[in-house]
Amino acid sequence: MKRFTLSMPVRYIINTVLIITLLLVGNQIMGSGILGRAQTAIIIQVGFFIILAVSLNMVTGYLGQLPLGHAGFMAVGAYAGALFWRAAVLPGMASVVGGLIVAGVAAAITGVIIGIPALRLRGDYLAIITLGFGEIIRVVLNNLDTITYGARGLRNIPRYSSFMLVYICVIVACGAIHMIMKSRHGRAILSIRENEIAAESCGINTTYYKVLTFAVSAFFAGVAGALFAGNIGILVPANFDFMTSINILMIVVLGGLGSMMGSVIAASVLTSLPLVLQPLNEYRMIIFSLMLIVVMIFKPSGLMGNYDFSMSRIIEKVVNRLRTGKTAGKLKSGK
Amino acid sequence: MLKVTNMNVYYGNIYAVKDVSFHVDEGEVVTLIGANGAGKSTILKTISGLLRSKTGSISFAGEEIGNVASHAIVKRGMAQVPEGRRVFLQMSVQENLEMGHYTQQGATMTERMEGVYERFPRLLERRKQVAGTLSGGEQQMLAMGRALMSRPRLLMLDEPSMGLAPLLVEQIFEIIGELNRAGTTILLVEQNANMALKVANRGYVLETGRIITTDSASALLEDDTVRKAYLGG
Repeated sequence: MKRFTLSMPVRYIINTVLIITLLLVGNQIMGSGILGRAQTAIIIQVGFFIILAVSLNMVTGYLGQLPLGHAGFMAVGAYAGALFWRAAVLPGMASVVGGLIVAGVAAAITGVIIGIPALRLRGDYLAIITLGFGEIIRVVLNNLDTITYGARGLRNIPRYSSFMLVYICVIVACGAIHMIMKSRHGRAILSIRENEIAAESCGINTTYYKVLTFAVSAFFAGVAGALFAGNIGILVPANFDFMTSINILMIVVLGGLGSMMGSVIAASVLTSLPLVLQPLNEYRMIIFSLMLIVVMIFKPSGLMGNYDFSMSRIIEKVVNRLRTGKTAGKLKSGK
Repeated sequence: MLKVTNMNVYYGNIYAVKDVSFHVDEGEVVTLIGANGAGKSTILKTISGLLRSKTGSISFAGEEIGNVASHAIVKRGMAQVPEGRRVFLQMSVQENLEMGHYTQQGATMTERMEGVYERFPRLLERRKQVAGTLSGGEQQMLAMGRALMSRPRLLMLDEPSMGLAPLLVEQIFEIIGELNRAGTTILLVEQNANMALKVANRGYVLETGRIITTDSASALLEDDTVRKAYLGG
């Protein structure tokens, strides 16, 4: 019997309907006041950590490089977006969207500038050089006093980051990265992770794709940065220190390198865990660390490995199972 | 088709290839033989653009490629099967072949893939299998199949016999012969001089970065110094 498969348009329709429902339901819940302030704050925070994680996953999971300066791109985006919003050159919604784009582009340009020299290196060396660049960005922001107000903080940033805006950005980021990875370009990126020399011998411009991946990753980190700025309303460079980069990397590794769903789940869990564990006070960091150790021992490939979730695939599976179940039943009754 | 003149390659201060000149004509199988460290792989890497020659020129089909980036060289019709096979271990056989078609435009993929499967029926059997679970010989076939996906005018093979059982080596060399009869020009780098010279038209013998002798393959097989040095007396 022929296996049941969903055609591409049907898949897109299923996904779109699911996404819109989730967004509307989420928005209703957020607006209804069922959740306390702390919970709503965490849910928003989960949103931009998801963007940060899936964007870093592109470089770490798919391209197979290990950069440690993701918070730097986030910082560039945050300041670019915040300054754009404060200047209010565009009216209303255009300003919101414009700020996000400005943030992304600024971060992407930084990504290209850093990526071209950094991506000549590999492994530990790349980690250290990106770490250095991340710190440089922070120090520069600290000292550009006339523009960023340095350590005193950039205040009065319009609070645009509503649930709707953050999660639309989450969906755009996940969707865009998913589409890139399913395309010819995605294959090229994966092949570099698998074997750089072989990729080169297949005619893939490895430098180009490395820098491109870095730039796309930085773009979304920048968008997440702007959302962060629009959420808390005040920016200090200390927000984007080395530990932030490490936290994002932790999310990606815990979720599973190369699994977008893993990044999403791990971002949700790790971001909300400190809140959930609040009653335990000083023990919570211990539990947090223990959890990481346990996951790494028993599931070193991360929570999801490199499995990715597909609603359509699940529907196909269920239908196929039901069908084979039926024919099996018929055969029995035939006997 | 391929003409290398005065190639000089250095790794830092140490020279690896000194004043090497050779050529490959259309339709030929040419082999570069030599012991470990003779500079065979360095020459291939330089031709494919991974390393640069300090002097001289490399021309392919009448065009200078000495300064062309390696990915762009593939597009011009030169494919390489790198040393140690280097298949994409976590991708399936089919995906590996798809990667080989990367530089090609248009809808030629299925047709070429069928061609590759025809030549390597084993790969068809293992189409969906992850390449990392293939045996060494199958991986070599896959690496060759992947290179053939771009329908190269010149195919360069770097040590295709490395780490393979004698029976498989014979099979691989048979395929090299078939490919040549089907019209592909081949540049073969090998340590297994005996097998290489049997399939080749002409050969160059390398020693510590220089070409020490060149002749038709059949003559080299009979040559005393070559026999002593590489064919075991």
